[in-house]
This record gives sequence, C-alpha cells and structure tokens, in this order.
Amino acid sequence: MPDDDPGTAPDEAAEVEQTVEELVEAEERGAVRQAVSVSVATGLYGISFGALATVAGLDLAQTAALSLLMFSGGSQFALVGVVGSGGTAAAAIATAGLLGVRNALYGAQLGPLLALRTWQNVLGAQLTIDESAAVATAQRTRRAARVGFWLTGAGVFVLWNLMTVVGAAAGDALGDPRRWGLDAAAAAAFLGLLWPRLATRPVQLVAAGAVVVAIGLTPVAPAGVPVLAAAAVAVLAGAIDARRRGPVPPTGPRAAPGVAAPAQEEDR
Amino acid sequence: MTPATVWAVVLVASVLCFALKLAGHLLPEHWLADERVSRTAALVTAALLAALVAVQTVATGQTLVVDARLPALAVAALALALRAPFLVVVVLAAATAAGLRLLGWG
Repeated sequence: MPDDDPGTAPDEAAEVEQTVEELVEAEERGAVRQAVSVSVATGLYGISFGALATVAGLDLAQTAALSLLMFSGGSQFALVGVVGSGGTAAAAIATAGLLGVRNALYGAQLGPLLALRTWQNVLGAQLTIDESAAVATAQRTRRAARVGFWLTGAGVFVLWNLMTVVGAAAGDALGDPRRWGLDAAAAAAFLGLLWPRLATRPVQLVAAGAVVVAIGLTPVAPAGVPVLAAAAVAVLAGAIDARRRGPVPPTGPRAAPGVAAPAQEEDR
Repeated sequence: MTPATVWAVVLVASVLCFALKLAGHLLPEHWLADERVSRTAALVTAALLAALVAVQTVATGQTLVVDARLPALAVAALALALRAPFLVVVVLAAATAAGLRLLGWG
C-alpha cells in the first residue's frame, strides 16, 4: 500500500493507515500460523485413521477413498467402527451421515464469511470440516477468515490423505490388531473427538445418557443400532431443552439474519 | 460385509456427507441459523461420539466385556485432561492395552 498517500493531514493519516495495515497483516499471519499448526496436528492423526480402517477390514483403496471423498474425521472413524464391529451397511451409512450433519451448520456459518462463487462452493464444501471452520471463525477480519479457511482446509486435506495411506500400510503390516492395542486406540480416538465438545452441562448429560443407552442396547440390538439409538436420545433431549427454554421468537424468512453469528456480522 | 458392500457403503456415505457440506453452503442461511437446530446438532454429535466410545470400549460383538480397553480409555482420558495432542492420546491408549495384554491380562 502507498506510504506517501496524499491527504489533508498526511503524516497522521499515513501513520494511522500504516498501523491498520500492520494489524491486518498481523491478523493474516496469525491465521496462517494457526492453519499450519492445525493442519500438521490433524494430518498426523490421519495415521491412526488409516491403521484403524485397515484393521476394521477395509482395503487400502477403500480407506484412501474415504479420506478423499468423505473427508470428515468423525464420520470416517464412525463408519470404520461400525463396519469393524459387524454392523449393517445401513447403520454404517446412517452413523457417518448423522456425524456429518454438523458440517452443514459450519457451511451455513461460513457462507456469508467466505462469499464463494458457484464453482468455489463445491471445493469449499468439501473442505468444510471442524478444523477449517474453527480457524476461519476465530479470525477477526474477513480476509484473515478466508486465508484461515482455505489454508487449513487444503493443508488438512493434503496431510490427512497422505497420512491415511501411511497408516493403512502400517495397519496392514501389524497383523493382530488387539496385540497392538488398536481396538483401544479406536475408543481413544472417539474420546479425543468428543472431549472438546463436553464443555457445557447439557452436552455432558446427553453424552452420559448416550453411553447408558448404547451399553444397555448392545446385548439386545444388532451392531450399529445402539449408537444410532443414542443419537435419538440427543434429539429428544434437544426437544425437551427447547421446550424448557420456552417459545423461540419467530424465525420466518429473513426474520433475524445473522442472529446466530453476531461475531461475523461485525466484520462485514 | 463383502468387499463390494463395503465399497457401496464407502461411496454412498461419502456422497451423503458431501451433500450435507454443500447444503450448508447453498441453503438459505436462516434455515440453519435456528438456534434449536444448531443446539440439537451439537447434542447429536456428542451423543454419537459418546456412544461410539462406549461401544468401542466394552462391546465385543453383542457381548459386554471388561478387558484391557477400559484401563486404556482411562489413560486416554487422563492424557486429554492434561491437554495431550490427539495422536499422543491414541498412542498412549494403544500402548496401555498392548502392555496389559503382554502381561497376560485383557
């Protein structure tokens, strides 16, 4: 940007502009740093996904296809878990799909922030995951949010897919998964995905209820069903919670755009 | 599942997950901006993950079993409470279960 911007109070105006410029650049550098560290950390655990997928009985191509096409850690771990425990095809698809619902909500949050063109929507949609949404929405300017979204999405995508293949090759070579504790690793992976979501009391209660329902149904229901039944508990709890909070103001078309995302409205 | 069935599951579930992502970007914002929708979605995610933790820890097929996975999960929880990175948590859990089995338990 020009350092010699002609104005009525040149020195002061230039100084202010330079300060603003520096802040904007610092914000973008911050987004880049976050994107890189999140990409590396997330990419690395692609190894555990690859290993667990092959151990669950998927071949290398199927495992790689999941990371390329599904590209959503929770759904991928869940699909592999249901397949590995002998669940039905329908249960595997339903569990993965239900865990993917939150990505739709991220997309709705990110849409106004990113202002994508038609073709960019397809690419942007595929890169919409926990990590890219978290980095993008944590930024204070739109430019930094865009940098954060694309860099995190692309970084995680590349590393996640590479590490999936590494993990799948390792999983193939390991033999009996129980000997290496890989069955316990799968449980720990789900706990790691759950942990940061347990911040509030309602979520903790629903999680506890889900555990009770899943364990209670395991001896009597086909594999995969106990997990889906736990999701029903959450829907029920959500309905009760909404009723307890009383009627919600009307949310007709355009009734209150951006009410759910005030932080982003400020940046426009 | 046969390999062909697994392929079908992989592809159908992937299309479903992509459709959900795309819907978020394309649907009118207010459809998903409803607070009840986002709260319930957060609860569903947590419930599914909690149920998966439980089933992966104590279920073997349709039987409930207490074995090396349970102490391994406790180690994972401790590691998470100490803010260990995801990969460290997973490796510690695997090492705990593998170590206990090496010692002849679980």
